Amino acid sequence: MSGHSTYNPTNPVMKWVDDRLPLPRLMYDSFVSYPVPRNLNYWYTFGGILMIMMVSQIITGIVLVMHYTPHVDMAFDSVEHIRRNVNYGNVLQKWHAVGASFFFIAVYIHIARGMYYGSYKAPREILWMLGVAIFLVMMATGFMGYVLPWGQMSFWGAKVITNLFSAVPFFGEAIVTWLWGGFSVDNATLQRFFSLHYLLPFVLVGVVILHVWALHVTGQGNPTGVEVKSGQDTLAFTPFATVKDAFALSVFFIVFTAFVFFAPDYLGHSINYEEANPLVTPEHIVPEWYYLPFYAILRAVPDKLLGVVAMFGSIMVWFVLPWLDTSKVRSAAYRPIFKQLFWLLMIDFFILGIVGANPPEGWWITVGQIATVYYFAHFLILLPLVGLLETPKPLPSSISDAVLAKNTNKQPAAQPAE
Amino acid sequence: MSTAEATDANRRDFLYIATGAVGAVGAASLAIPLIDQMNPSASVLALASIEVDLAPIEVGQSITVKWRGNPVIIRHRTANEIEEAKAVKISDLPDQDARNANVAAGSAATDLNRVIDGKEQYLIQLGVCTHLGCVPIGNEGEYGGWFCPCHGSHYDTAGRIRKGPAPENLHVPEYKYLSDVKIQIG
Repeated sequence: MSGHSTYNPTNPVMKWVDDRLPLPRLMYDSFVSYPVPRNLNYWYTFGGILMIMMVSQIITGIVLVMHYTPHVDMAFDSVEHIRRNVNYGNVLQKWHAVGASFFFIAVYIHIARGMYYGSYKAPREILWMLGVAIFLVMMATGFMGYVLPWGQMSFWGAKVITNLFSAVPFFGEAIVTWLWGGFSVDNATLQRFFSLHYLLPFVLVGVVILHVWALHVTGQGNPTGVEVKSGQDTLAFTPFATVKDAFALSVFFIVFTAFVFFAPDYLGHSINYEEANPLVTPEHIVPEWYYLPFYAILRAVPDKLLGVVAMFGSIMVWFVLPWLDTSKVRSAAYRPIFKQLFWLLMIDFFILGIVGANPPEGWWITVGQIATVYYFAHFLILLPLVGLLETPKPLPSSISDAVLAKNTNKQPAAQPAE
Repeated sequence: MSTAEATDANRRDFLYIATGAVGAVGAASLAIPLIDQMNPSASVLALASIEVDLAPIEVGQSITVKWRGNPVIIRHRTANEIEEAKAVKISDLPDQDARNANVAAGSAATDLNRVIDGKEQYLIQLGVCTHLGCVPIGNEGEYGGWFCPCHGSHYDTAGRIRKGPAPENLHVPEYKYLSDVKIQIG
């Protein structure tokens, strides 16, 4: 899609710069004249929302570091200091903490959109795999960030998650000791998590740049799954997509800030307002809500090593999703059976989340095991089979045809009013 | 091929291989300190052993002490608990290794191998679930020993895993009796 550049600077200064370093040209071609399919719906605005959330987390994070102390004796108090004494610290700390949750809300919607519209299919496999890598970096960053306030849930979450590596045969114990820098989660652990929590967001920025690059090479997908065929199928990124993204972002931020100001702790755990105590495990340890489905998969398997393998495998399977889905048709809109399977997967993922939030007792274990089996069956059995067995609906010949057909269907109803 | 060209090629080959070799050795020798700095520092390793007085612990009572950043559970077991632990057949245990630093590695997980002979009433073990490191809660679970609230592992009155995802019995740290009622852990 990256055709011939249409950038033609009239300002002599911009022309002078462009002749020496064509950065303005890159920006213009990527974010102004860049052609996007004309039928993008609001589900496609979450990429832009995620970009803003990432910047928001980095800015608030840098500011918080100016007041935070990464030491086991002072970390907990320094976060309280930010919330009580630092000017606007109350808002900034909550913005960062709630922001992590909303970053994940946006990324889950973004991933689900990719699965529904088959955005991972050729030629966008690398674009999709970079996205999975971004999700993994986000999870690592979020996990380490949650340890920094040094509350009870911070400490025990860190202990349980780092202990996952003790499942590695032969080297498990040595790896965990190496990760901790001691024989338990302690000051050495807190300090290295702080260092990495500051580093990883910039790694994230790097992978996001690759993700956007790959997007601009293949061009954006769209709800019909039919590739762009002519200029009639597209609109310029600015103003059309820019404004749509900005509007969606505003709505998203209204909800986000409502949580920041009125329910900042709703998505967290009250036990994390108790300082970390290495001698007492809280009655019920749960990770932050955005890890719950994967946590449920970990607990569904009664074997330590296999549980860890299943948990990591549940995300790793996304890497091979482009090859597991055998259908040539991208969009679920034209795949009647796949569409139902997609919603079943969403329900299954939601159930896993509820199971992950509950104690591993009684029938929660059974529900978790059934949901885990279904999760893997969806990717490894159902997807490859459905692609071969399903008869897709006829595809529109082009994006503009699909858009026009929709409008002509509507017109008769509108006519009598005129 | 003239002599001059051949010499030149040899010289380039040499420079090429030498640069590569220096680069490889340099990268490896940089990697070692960068990786090893994350292992426990001298100050962490130097953590002294601790002494604990067992006299104040009543029958049926447990105390928790901190050793190397981890909780150590010391339980004064009742006669019933010892009987219960002894009655279990080794073949019924998921982990048949004693996991006791004070007996030969690979010893069977009998009740006697979990404690020190003649001091069977005092069970001393790390309060670190062998699944993912939570602190198990005493007097809980289906076997009257310990129960890990994180992922539902049940341990019996000798601290042996009986049910749940934990793969091993609770570990018994290195300790010795300094006097009749005083121990040194570590």
